[in-house]
Amino acid sequence: MNRTTSTLLNVLAVAALGLFLWWAQDSLDGYKIQILNLIAVNIILALSLNLIYGFTGMFSLGHAGFMAIGAYVCSILILSPGQKEMLFILGEALPWVQNAHAPFFVAIVAGGLAAALAGFIVGLPLLKLGDDYLGIATLGFAEIVRVIANNIPRVTNGALGFKGIPGYANLWWNFGWCLITLFVIVRILASNTGNVFKAIRDDEIAAKAMGVNVFRYKLLSFSIGSFFAGVGGALLASLLTTIDPKMFLFTLTFNVLMIVVTGGLGSLTGSVLAGIGITVLLEWLRFVENPIFFGDFEMPGIPGMRMVIFSLALILIILFRREGLMGMREITWRNIAGLFGRKGANQAAAGEGK
Amino acid sequence: MTLAMFIQHLLNSITLGSLYALIAIGYTMVYGILRLINFAHSEIFMLGAYFVFWGVTLFHVPWPLAVVLSIVVVAFLGVLVDRVAYRPLRDAPRISALISAIGVSFFLQNTAIVFFQAIPRAVYTPEWLATPIVVKGVHVLPLTLFVPVMALLLMLGLMYIVYRTKAGLGMRAISKDIETSYLMGVPVNRIIALTFGIGSALAAASGIMWALRYPQLQPIMGTIPGFKAFIAAVFGGIGSIQGAVIGGMVLGFIEIMIVAFFPSLAGYRDAFAFILLIAVLLYRPTGLLGARQEDKV
Repeated sequence: MNRTTSTLLNVLAVAALGLFLWWAQDSLDGYKIQILNLIAVNIILALSLNLIYGFTGMFSLGHAGFMAIGAYVCSILILSPGQKEMLFILGEALPWVQNAHAPFFVAIVAGGLAAALAGFIVGLPLLKLGDDYLGIATLGFAEIVRVIANNIPRVTNGALGFKGIPGYANLWWNFGWCLITLFVIVRILASNTGNVFKAIRDDEIAAKAMGVNVFRYKLLSFSIGSFFAGVGGALLASLLTTIDPKMFLFTLTFNVLMIVVTGGLGSLTGSVLAGIGITVLLEWLRFVENPIFFGDFEMPGIPGMRMVIFSLALILIILFRREGLMGMREITWRNIAGLFGRKGANQAAAGEGK
Repeated sequence: MTLAMFIQHLLNSITLGSLYALIAIGYTMVYGILRLINFAHSEIFMLGAYFVFWGVTLFHVPWPLAVVLSIVVVAFLGVLVDRVAYRPLRDAPRISALISAIGVSFFLQNTAIVFFQAIPRAVYTPEWLATPIVVKGVHVLPLTLFVPVMALLLMLGLMYIVYRTKAGLGMRAISKDIETSYLMGVPVNRIIALTFGIGSALAAASGIMWALRYPQLQPIMGTIPGFKAFIAAVFGGIGSIQGAVIGGMVLGFIEIMIVAFFPSLAGYRDAFAFILLIAVLLYRPTGLLGARQEDKV
């Protein structure tokens, strides 16, 4: 399959998605639209973690921290000065917080850039660490971000957080950013830089021996991943219209990790599919936490049950299907075509990977 | 700050430090042998405290008996966790076991939320532990002395097991080289199970004493002490029991003293440990007593 056909199919797919969103906006109820929005945000987050962990092999547990930075920066920028005057009860907002205002798009990019900058600064010392240590140190970073957010009331309104954040993040914004994320990460991975990332993942020492500046590429991958984590956090803030430090606990990172592991570390299509599946399941499973009625008999909902089922699922996946849904494979136009076409084409596609 | 106050803070930091040390030992033993951060350890800690609570309030078991029962049950639980969630992944990439550990941690925590409910509960404390003694203006709870003494006894017991028994020899052998130990006829899986059992028992003991000191139970109560204890283990040089004890003590001291001397930093209390962790990892990635490791080419 040549390049032009591929591009054409991509354009068609995006158009189909656009049509679907256009239809969904008018025909689906608010709840379903909210789930679609969450799907887009979760896919962004999963893709960004997959870039860091699945493709560059850096075990990072700091996603909630980067999301928090993105969410706070974006919220501060899109809340109007009047709203901020009302919001800050614990202490008057600092002047630059009070006066900052920007359109939504700029706010998202600013959130992403702030997260990327944080990723860069944290990455400088931390990325020298080995896998488990990196995991626990990035987890520590996320926790520090949360503690700071709790303790600078003149910037973040402390434990109260922000309410009434303008809900600009609709289907178009979310899926738009989702496509941007996908496009950027696919382009990076297809480039030479992407090959270096994968080389570092597969064998860091060998990559170093080949003359690769491992640290620089790790830092690059980590910063790009942090950028999109920040974007995801920014969109989430506008989508939920309320944020506070408690929201960015380790559970948030766990959800993203769950999607990435289920989809397959090192598979972008896996992240997308698992992002859709898990978001829907997480919502659908809410029924176990609400009261269920059998005629007159009411079975009380069980709070926490949803996460019990989910953590169990994660354990079972890692025990019985270590590589996740897709492993390291991707679904591409080429191997879809191979499915329908001659057997040889299929094998050729499998052989070439992408 | 008066001397009396300083002594009070010092005693508090020793108590807190010995609690951290007890949890840290569990992390360090498992990490030393399997190179695995046992995330479920902090939930084991939480369950230890809860089982005593339920034993006393629900089944009216006398407190000392409830403590012993809880420790035994939790030790078996630790072994079970290893058997179900870690053992099948022994020859998998290390990251798989780590994800499994995170899964188990969330599973236990949320199961506790389901069964025990998320409402914080007040804990029964035996009276002889909670009547303060005043010595020259220093208020001392018997608890503040009881905890370090118990911790010391438990640690001495552990040292005996690790350095004087055959099982301990096995543990030390496995931590050096698991495959060779296996070939030399060490019952690897049994020893690992024992390690999980001992580590969990110590975590339970720590959880129970923690609940005496901060008399409130919550399903998420293990998370923060768990992370801090892990940091203590890393600080002391993970894999080293003495290191875990030193790390726990240092962490307890820093936490109490910073808040005592700089009350304005109290809000950042939970961040100190992480800052310490990052600082230590940067200058001595293998901790105080840890051996340097070189990359194998």
